Amino acid sequence: MLALASPALLVILLLIVLPVGWLAWQSIYHDGFTLENYRRILSEAIYWRSFSLTFQISLLVTLLALLLGYPIAYAASVVPKGWSVLILALVILPFWTSALVRAYAWLALLQRTGVVNQFLQYLGIIDEPLALVHNTFGTVVATVHILLPFMVLPLYATMQKIPHDLMQAGASLGGSPSHTFWRIFLPLSLPGVLAGTTLVFVLCLGFYITPELLGGGRTVMVSLLVSRNVELYDQWGAASAVGVVLLVSVLVIFLIVGRFIPLDRILGQK
Amino acid sequence: MAVASNTGLGRALFGAALGLFASTSITANAAEQITFVSQGGAYQKAQTVAILDPSAKKLGITINQDSIPDAWPVIKSQVASGKPIWDVVDVPTGYCLRGGEQGLIEKLDFSKIPNAAAMPEAYRNAYSVAYEFYSSVLAYSQKKYPEGATPNSWADFWDVKKFPGRRALRNHPIATLEAALMADGVAPEKLYPLDVDRAFKKLEEIKPNITVWWTSGAQSAQLLNDGEVDMVMAWNGRVSALTKEGAKVAYTYNQGILQSTSLCILKGAPNLATAVKFLNEAVDPVHQANLPLHIDYGPANPKAFDTGVVKPERVAQLPSAPDNAKKQALMSYAWWASPDGEAAEKRWVSFVQK
Repeated sequence: MLALASPALLVILLLIVLPVGWLAWQSIYHDGFTLENYRRILSEAIYWRSFSLTFQISLLVTLLALLLGYPIAYAASVVPKGWSVLILALVILPFWTSALVRAYAWLALLQRTGVVNQFLQYLGIIDEPLALVHNTFGTVVATVHILLPFMVLPLYATMQKIPHDLMQAGASLGGSPSHTFWRIFLPLSLPGVLAGTTLVFVLCLGFYITPELLGGGRTVMVSLLVSRNVELYDQWGAASAVGVVLLVSVLVIFLIVGRFIPLDRILGQK
Repeated sequence: MAVASNTGLGRALFGAALGLFASTSITANAAEQITFVSQGGAYQKAQTVAILDPSAKKLGITINQDSIPDAWPVIKSQVASGKPIWDVVDVPTGYCLRGGEQGLIEKLDFSKIPNAAAMPEAYRNAYSVAYEFYSSVLAYSQKKYPEGATPNSWADFWDVKKFPGRRALRNHPIATLEAALMADGVAPEKLYPLDVDRAFKKLEEIKPNITVWWTSGAQSAQLLNDGEVDMVMAWNGRVSALTKEGAKVAYTYNQGILQSTSLCILKGAPNLATAVKFLNEAVDPVHQANLPLHIDYGPANPKAFDTGVVKPERVAQLPSAPDNAKKQALMSYAWWASPDGEAAEKRWVSFVQK
């Protein structure tokens, strides 16, 4: 078993563990041991503001993805097989388009002369175009769209395994549909909710394309600070320290979540 | 950008490894060569026709080309590896200066670069020589501001009562602080050293009216073209490309900020002597005069305007043409590379973020 896994382990060691280790090393070593990069992150307000904004946006995106994704996954898990394949195909389809292209598509939809504003003006609902993009709103909309499959798929995987007999049993005992949903289905789907929300939240923390293209320059998420620090400081450590702080935050989140749910379930093993 | 610099880094490492094998065989091959790096796209194609191919032919050398949108991180990693593979880079002048101060860029011996020695002193420094000029100009929609009611200065850009409309500025302090100070009444020739506090204070004033802080030149053009904004600070070449496509947009050189990219040589470049020869050839007046025939950038060697290669009506469109240059502020890269300049750059994010 170990022999079979060793090429994969080697790849992980070479492509993930070593570069990340090197990254972390750079952040504390530059002509000698230094904590300057971390001191800067702790002392300058821009880092605090960016981390706080990034966590707020990630929470919002996760919440919206859950609200949108849960009904989709639920529908896919209760309809006949043919329909569920169609629903899942529609969820996965955008995966085949790059996130960059999708971000530009949102720009075309949401900008002042974009489809959405023109339609609303045509209907007479608004007189002046709304500011739908070049701000946090546009960033959130596009990020939710791009990350939605990461919410739907784990939710579907969990829901599909919930025996429908349980709801029938509940109904036969006099439970209304909403009662059986809230008391039986929802609690049983919680592992999927936790898996989906964790995935989306963590991916969102490091998102770069949507805040860069749709944030109007104001939505300075942590990933943008990383690239800025590459330009601004004369050593890689200034940028990698920001990455390390983000990585550690993600690990802490995984650890906390891991206390409530086995991590292998997040990875879809059980 | 991240992807591009990673590839560049990969290439640097790969190239360094390859160099170990290749170094013995190159000496057998008498033909001199250099690796030249610019920013790609239409700009690099124009240089190839106007400057690179003719220079290679005249000097009898081979010019290998590479391109990258942001060369700075790769310059750092190549020189740090101790075995750079690039020789000459065409980058914003500030990088040559900063690189020079950090030991990443070779000091130039101008006795070997007579073409550059004849250029105005403000167009060169110990580490680099200007290669071409562009300008950060005030561009606007002609639909929004018809003839007779056009914004013509940074004070107009800041005047939201007289010129209502949506605005965009670059998400970067370079040229933006200069514009703010001119809007506040500082004369173009009295900008440096920049009064950074005053500039940021003036920027706070216009901030609520800035729809987008743009990050790429393509974005600035797209914003104006799509009517997303009515007025923008943009690079002249981006705006003139729009007018060529028939967009109803225009720009003024008045109070433009004249900027340059420069050529500099990586410290420990594999073909240093040939690189210096190329540097001299690249700023030759005739090659330089050829550049604006292929793209909307101005020659860095003013003698190019005496060659007769560029027609008068074309000269009038170029940022570095004497008549246009005198309306503008010449960027001081030395100031931006100074500790004050670097501090101003670091202050920027905190400004846009709030």
